[in-house]
Amino acid sequence: MYPPAFNYSAPTSVEEVLATLAKEGEGARVLAGGQSLIPMMKLRLASPSYLVDINDVDGLDYITDVNGHVAIGALVRHNDIVKSELIGSTNHAMTDAAPWIADPIVRNRGTVCGSIAHCDPEGDWNSVMLAARAEVVAQSAAGERVIPIDDFIVDFFTNSLEPGEIVKEVRVPKYTGRGGGAYVKLERKIGDYATVGVATQLELGDDGKIAKAGIAMTAVNSKNTRAAAAEQVLVGETPSDELFREAGNAAAQASEPETNVRGTEEWKREVVSVYTRRGLETALAQAQAQA
Amino acid sequence: MTTTADQVGHLHTPPEIGGIGHSVRRHEDDRFIQGAGNYVDDIELPGMLHMAILRSPVAHAKILSIDTSEATALEGVVAVVTGELMAEHNLAWMPTLSGDTQAVLATDKVRFQGQEVAAVIATHPYIARDALGLIFVDYEELPAITSPQQAMADGAVLIRDDKEGQADNLAYEWESGDKDVTDRAFAEADKIVSLETHYPRSHPSPLETCGAVADVDPASGQVTIYMTSQAPHAHRTVFALVAGLPEQNIRIISPDIGGGFGNKVPVYPGYVIATAASLLIGKPVKWVESRTENLISTGFARDYHMKGELALNSEGRILALRTEILSDQGAFFADAQPTKFKAGLFHIVTGSYDYPAAHVVARGAYTNKAPGGVAYRCSFRVTEASYMIERLVQNAAYDIGMDPAEFRALNFIKPEQFPYHSPTGFVYDSGDYETAMRKALGIVDYEALRKEQAEARAEGRLIGIGMASFTEVVGAGNSKDYDILGLKMFDSAELRVHPTGKAILKLGVKSQGQGHETTFAQIVAEELGIPAGDIKVLEGDTDNTPYGLGTYASRSTPVAGAATAMISRTLREKARKIAAHLLEASADDLDWEPGKFFVKGSPEQSVTIQDVAFAAYTNPPPDEQPGLEGVHYYDPPNMTYPFGTYVVVVEVDAETGEWNVDRMIAVDDCGVRINPMIVDGQIMGGLTEGFAAATNQFITFDDEGNCIGSNFMDYLVPTAWETPRFELDETVTPSPHHPIGAKGVGESATVGSPAAYVNAVIDALAHLGVRNIDMPLLPDRVWSAIQNATG
Repeated sequence: MYPPAFNYSAPTSVEEVLATLAKEGEGARVLAGGQSLIPMMKLRLASPSYLVDINDVDGLDYITDVNGHVAIGALVRHNDIVKSELIGSTNHAMTDAAPWIADPIVRNRGTVCGSIAHCDPEGDWNSVMLAARAEVVAQSAAGERVIPIDDFIVDFFTNSLEPGEIVKEVRVPKYTGRGGGAYVKLERKIGDYATVGVATQLELGDDGKIAKAGIAMTAVNSKNTRAAAAEQVLVGETPSDELFREAGNAAAQASEPETNVRGTEEWKREVVSVYTRRGLETALAQAQAQA
Repeated sequence: MTTTADQVGHLHTPPEIGGIGHSVRRHEDDRFIQGAGNYVDDIELPGMLHMAILRSPVAHAKILSIDTSEATALEGVVAVVTGELMAEHNLAWMPTLSGDTQAVLATDKVRFQGQEVAAVIATHPYIARDALGLIFVDYEELPAITSPQQAMADGAVLIRDDKEGQADNLAYEWESGDKDVTDRAFAEADKIVSLETHYPRSHPSPLETCGAVADVDPASGQVTIYMTSQAPHAHRTVFALVAGLPEQNIRIISPDIGGGFGNKVPVYPGYVIATAASLLIGKPVKWVESRTENLISTGFARDYHMKGELALNSEGRILALRTEILSDQGAFFADAQPTKFKAGLFHIVTGSYDYPAAHVVARGAYTNKAPGGVAYRCSFRVTEASYMIERLVQNAAYDIGMDPAEFRALNFIKPEQFPYHSPTGFVYDSGDYETAMRKALGIVDYEALRKEQAEARAEGRLIGIGMASFTEVVGAGNSKDYDILGLKMFDSAELRVHPTGKAILKLGVKSQGQGHETTFAQIVAEELGIPAGDIKVLEGDTDNTPYGLGTYASRSTPVAGAATAMISRTLREKARKIAAHLLEASADDLDWEPGKFFVKGSPEQSVTIQDVAFAAYTNPPPDEQPGLEGVHYYDPPNMTYPFGTYVVVVEVDAETGEWNVDRMIAVDDCGVRINPMIVDGQIMGGLTEGFAAATNQFITFDDEGNCIGSNFMDYLVPTAWETPRFELDETVTPSPHHPIGAKGVGESATVGSPAAYVNAVIDALAHLGVRNIDMPLLPDRVWSAIQNATG
């Protein structure tokens, strides 16, 4: 595992990071946790000419409660989410998903924002972000812009960042009513990418009906994909087994899995359906448990 | 020679001596847990160069040209080696352990993805890898053959057009047992049960990949090769034969080896190229392969397409077995196995059951896949055999409406039938199968569990109880039947007791993690009374250890362990004479207890083994040679036959096909246990590997012959996180012919457990009519079986 040669620097401020990226041009890549980039380099699948290491930049590892949302900085590690009480009390799907990210070693080093920016369709976070309707804050020398997650995820390993932009934080909206969420993942072993993953989020109105619903899927499309039709099945309805089954079927229809070494297309669709239902059941129980 | 009953469960030595039966902490772990092991990649020699290998990206193609000019021009590159250059030295091809040939560097065609095409020797490992990207090979692609069925079909493209007289893709054909007697038994059967299944291709994937540092001294002609070898002596002989080098000038050193599991038995092209490069350049050359190189090019295991049938009478007795195997050999027939047996010891497939007739037909086909067929933690295809019979027996019980445990009990070979002559020619040395099975069933409370299963089914939950009552055959060989490339499968031990009573034991086998430095010291401690901690065990250096065939097929304890016991006893008899001299008594008047001789009836008149060792050098008897050392070459009279019963309880998620192991009970009988802690560790390791095979682990290929499973993201090795908790127990039936009654245990659990896991899932679905799901039991396969069930 010998990567090709590259240059490297570790600036201590965001300004320096942005300046270096601008100077080094297209061959430069940001190194945060490095849990995807470094293996790709070692396999010689990626050969950046320059790595800008942001780990020495102070003040990017925040998880803060801002009006209406939780802001997660660029250097927040997966394991910080596992441990975060703020996340635990504001977003069940994130808390559920965090221990499923890779393995403990990767979780200690890999970053949430890095994973979101990587746009690996088998990655877990983007489904959770879609279900939560998160927003990505991109920063460049020209300033900041806020990108809804649906617009941020473009395709297979492709995001909508412009050259010279970095992901500075991700903003996860808090529930406005009684809410709950879940992430259900089928993996082959600890540390594996998802064979199928489903993120669900529900909020209940005062009438007990579903006010908001978020459902998104991992590894069954060319990118993490919102099951919009399944969400629409739920909104405005009273939760029931039958309703959740219907949502599961709608999600399965929105999936476009491929038959591969992990399993057949037909089976993956079935798992999407079952996991959507199970995730919604968990989310509902959490929402109902709130006063 | 005979083991007496009092050796069972009875300690002969106190803990301070630490002989047989003590869970002595592993001596070697002192350095391993400090990170102070010394592996091949730790070897650094002055002026050492680094080698990297260019491998074929395609599975089957003619090589039209290789352009090495840009690579050669890169600063730091010393040489680029191609097949053409190797051919000039008659080293483009080498023999395999099955008597076939294998390309060292391709000259005519590439025959599998990952095959060695060229090698770069450079001053730095990074430069060597950079230069690989500057070698340009022009390939003319040929159709890839990715299954043995495809290989054997009419009109299939010929893979081995290099072999004179080879007109098709058949690699070998072999049979065992009596066809006529078997066919007659089938004609008379009341019921015939059949199973067709695939034991998929897997890979031993030791954590340390393969590698070598070849150091040829141009002045003296001395060739020293540090190598990841499970069999350094045999490899030295192969090097002497292949390269025509004088054997006395070849020294193979296997330093610490980070796992072998059969993967480090073959000689790989990388070893040969590195040695040739060192010879040509006159400097040491290091080659250490990457994980991907290890997975895509070195010895795979299994890949048996199996059909089996059992003939039964109306009472449920087995009358006969017949099986037909089609093995996928890859591009070169490179099974590591005894010469006589082309399908290894697969003919042990009659298992733990008593019936008079069996017939085995095995054929192997060349395909465009990596060569291998190594015995992955297995005694030469015993894993495939055990899997076949234990799956068949379980299905037979369902089909005739008997409980699978009672069906086994009815058909087991009974304790009084040993030594038992099997219909395919084995002589089982000892066994008590039903006792082990009842013990396992007792632990799991089998009757209560069957009730629970029925209740769960009524609620729509799928619980399954699977078992396997396996018999292994390990410890090759006897020299009459077992050899590798003509080298008889004996092994050896050299024991030297120093004047201060400390000893050094040198062996022809080679530990890769098995704990030899502890276990073999314990055998000496048992026999000679020297504390195990005072005995250094040395292996892996051909200049400093006696000849042996190496460590694989659970043969170290059965063969080298026996040699160790025998040489210890020889030295004890010499020690007795020295003691008699010291005590001024007749040797016949002395009694022995571990660690000292004393005059019969006068225990106060005694000398310790340490006194005797000192006297051997300072005051030897006038009629004895000074010193206390000797060597023993042990040719075992028979193999040993470990056995046991494994019981697995699973619950299957009917909606998704996922399944979980709720309990895994393993009752093993490996005869006398030298170090129970190490035995337990061996069993847990094997149970983990069996779990891997049953759940997730296989190497597959797409239609173009691209390997799927070329890294640990795709080839899944379970960790402690997902591995079930194991509940271990034992019975002890000593081997009657082994000096200490031990049988070899390193592979029992890999051999026995896959069928237990699979049978558990099948059991959960048996009422639906499901009788087979091919391994690995991926959830989609289980789900499809439920969807397609007719029951």
